[in-house]
Amino acid sequence: MDDLVWIFANASVINNFTLAYFLGLCPFFGVTNRIDTAFRLGVANLFTLLITSLSATLLDRYVLVHAPYLQLISYIVVIAGTVQFVEMAIKKLSPALFRALGIDLPLITTNGAILGLALFQSSKGYGLVQGLVYALGAGVGLTLAMVIMAGLREEIEFAPISKLLRGVALNFFVAGMLSLAFMGFAGLFAKG
Amino acid sequence: MSHDNGPSLWSTFSAGLWRENPIFAIVIGLCPTMAVTNTVTNALVMGVATAFVLMGSSAMVSALRKVTPGPVRITIYIIIIATFVSAVDWALAALLPLAHKQLGAFISLIVVNCIILGRAEAFAARNPVLPSVLDALGMAAGFTLAMLMISTPREILGSGTLLGLPLFGPRFEPWVIMVLPPGGFLTMATELTILAWWRHRSAERQALAEAT
Repeated sequence: MDDLVWIFANASVINNFTLAYFLGLCPFFGVTNRIDTAFRLGVANLFTLLITSLSATLLDRYVLVHAPYLQLISYIVVIAGTVQFVEMAIKKLSPALFRALGIDLPLITTNGAILGLALFQSSKGYGLVQGLVYALGAGVGLTLAMVIMAGLREEIEFAPISKLLRGVALNFFVAGMLSLAFMGFAGLFAKG
Repeated sequence: MSHDNGPSLWSTFSAGLWRENPIFAIVIGLCPTMAVTNTVTNALVMGVATAFVLMGSSAMVSALRKVTPGPVRITIYIIIIATFVSAVDWALAALLPLAHKQLGAFISLIVVNCIILGRAEAFAARNPVLPSVLDALGMAAGFTLAMLMISTPREILGSGTLLGLPLFGPRFEPWVIMVLPPGGFLTMATELTILAWWRHRSAERQALAEAT
């Protein structure tokens, strides 16, 4: 049990996928104008991560033992399929959300966090349950980072800041500060 | 080949280098730019690996552009890219095992580098093979240039070395944060600010020259 708690904390805050591994930076900077869009895309990502983790475990166990060189290709095909499925599900369940996410939905395929999760999980040798907890942690961490970022950006809109800094450069400064703050979590499970 | 109905081969190549630089002008392909720029060597290996994948996949996508069915083209591009990345991954593991170990999963993650899929969709899918390869070469050179611009200050300040060679002698106190994740974001932010200031200044000068 301790083990699972550690995996969750590690994936969500200590080694946050966005702020420590730099995975999925495009949506992190792209859709964090508003908190609610950021949150919803985070949840869509979380869902994709869970299905991917499950598929990657099955692939590792039954297919890739025979053909390890197919790892990358089979993962990416599974991810593209999963994203297509999530896209169809969202379109059916919530057309409004489907329109709000727009191009960012199919682009989940090229979100490094998803492929990264499959690769890390397989290199760490996680089993089915560990993999799912890892995916859950990664998704929660991703959503957390995007929601905090969106919240900060909504406030910064009204702050008196030089015109030169506005835009991409400012986002990077904010992300740097967030990344610094998240480094503090490294002490969370320190021994002694 | 006629040059009057399109940009010349040279300008196809040079666009990616600076004017449409993927990192500083379009701001895509950020994940590796932040993740492996803690040392100049890592950045160089990553740049070369990405260049190979980008040129290979651009040539392939361009050669197959007439037989690729529209609705499934993205999936086909991804599979082409993943094939080239697998080749690079296994080649690096054999030739440069140390660099391969340091870059780790980020070699495999070249698959999801938006620059490669972006160039396949925006350029290679609608141009002949030669311009596509030149465009890929230009973009890859621009990407490598940007990676060097970010990794050089990070390595110098963060570990006091350049390409692994010590610069300052034993009394140098390394600015460790620069090689850790926040350093990547902050270096990129600083360089983007300097570029914005520079563009702003040259625009102002131009306006002044036109007014007088």
